[in-house]
Amino acid sequence: MAVDPLIELLGVNKYYGGLHVLRDIDLTVGKGEVVVVVGPSGSGKSTLCRTINRLETVESGTITLDGEPLPQEGKALARLRAEVGMVFQSFNLFAHRTVLQNVSLAQVKVRRRTKDDADRRSRELLDRVGLLAQADKYPAQLSGGQQQRVAIARALAMDPKAMLFDEPTSALDPEMINEVLEVMRQLARDGMTMVVVTHEMGFARASAHRVVFMADGRIVEDRTPEEFFTAPRSERAKDFLSKILKH
Amino acid sequence: MNVLTDNFSLYARGFLGTVELTVYAGLLALALGFLMASFRVAPVASLRAFGTVWVTVLRNTPLTLLFFAVVLGLPRFGLVLPFRVFAVLALGCYTSAFICEALRAGINTVPRGQGEAARSLGMTFGQTLNLVVLPQAFRSVIPPVGSTLIALAKNSAIAGAFSVTELLGTYKTLNELGYDIVWTFVWIALGYLIITLALSALFHALERTWGVAR
Repeated sequence: MAVDPLIELLGVNKYYGGLHVLRDIDLTVGKGEVVVVVGPSGSGKSTLCRTINRLETVESGTITLDGEPLPQEGKALARLRAEVGMVFQSFNLFAHRTVLQNVSLAQVKVRRRTKDDADRRSRELLDRVGLLAQADKYPAQLSGGQQQRVAIARALAMDPKAMLFDEPTSALDPEMINEVLEVMRQLARDGMTMVVVTHEMGFARASAHRVVFMADGRIVEDRTPEEFFTAPRSERAKDFLSKILKH
Repeated sequence: MNVLTDNFSLYARGFLGTVELTVYAGLLALALGFLMASFRVAPVASLRAFGTVWVTVLRNTPLTLLFFAVVLGLPRFGLVLPFRVFAVLALGCYTSAFICEALRAGINTVPRGQGEAARSLGMTFGQTLNLVVLPQAFRSVIPPVGSTLIALAKNSAIAGAFSVTELLGTYKTLNELGYDIVWTFVWIALGYLIITLALSALFHALERTWGVAR
């Protein structure tokens, strides 16, 4: 599948003080590919996701986005970040702005669209995630699932080349998980390049092209969901799967 | 009692002097405090260091000493300005250190994720701060910034010792004229009270207006 690489990590290492959280990570994500990252907590999967748009800095190794190495801080980095949408576990909608303003703000300030163009695009996207009726509410007035769908619309409004999802459903009540996953499944069907850190094995099975299994800061397995779920090679993966697939 | 009516123009000049010092030094302190707070949370290490040194030096220097440093020190480097301007500089820089820390405390009350979300959308550091973080920090910094500006109004009395016309300094003239010292000071105190209560009211109003969102 990885014919046309969009995201490439090579020999990436990261430490928190003495803690080695990412160890020699090599990962390539091709255009249109959906890669789901799974693993026990503390395995470094969220950190990995956050290094891709440099919300976390790395000590060594290179990260390349669409052929361009990730720049240091500054305008060049900001420009590159606009090309990669990110969805957080805790939604992080701007609390002082309405839903519509949340989706429009960066379009106007970063993409330099006019307010009317931005609002039109925002309404289109809010309609797509089924929340057009909530456009004038504040984030605190929405349920978690609704907030997360707004967050996805906000990221999509930048017309990103790829989307990163950092445990997008982990903070949600069970009955809201599906509405968010449905939006993500639709995105995957539309051919969006996605890196998804999640515990939703159903989503991994159904939508992922590849499953990356991480443990102790290392990528232990990187295979198709079919192979990973039916015949995991490593002991770590077998152990992990036996624990989460039981219930 | 007639100390006020007899010398109303003297009081008025002193009062306006204090108001002027407070307003100009306050504006300077807000501008510098804002700049230093941005420095202290900037991704550039040298800016952070500069902000830290600025706050540490100014916050830990007695204000009178700072006045001496400005009034006696700057002319040595060829910078000769009216004492009134020196006073505004000294008061403004001193207070900016406190404003900076109040703003920084406010910035720290805004969840980390807000800034991360803004950055992940491609906003620059300045946009993140001005569009997302500071508007949310604003509400929580209104009370401490108000207190700091009230302290500034009262600190401006030190300028009187450096021959700048201000409210407290009027007592010297009145004392020489033989007026009762107690009443002289009562009216002076009332003058300060007018300024500080006006500031309190202003910040109370700000808090009420800006407290609604979210």
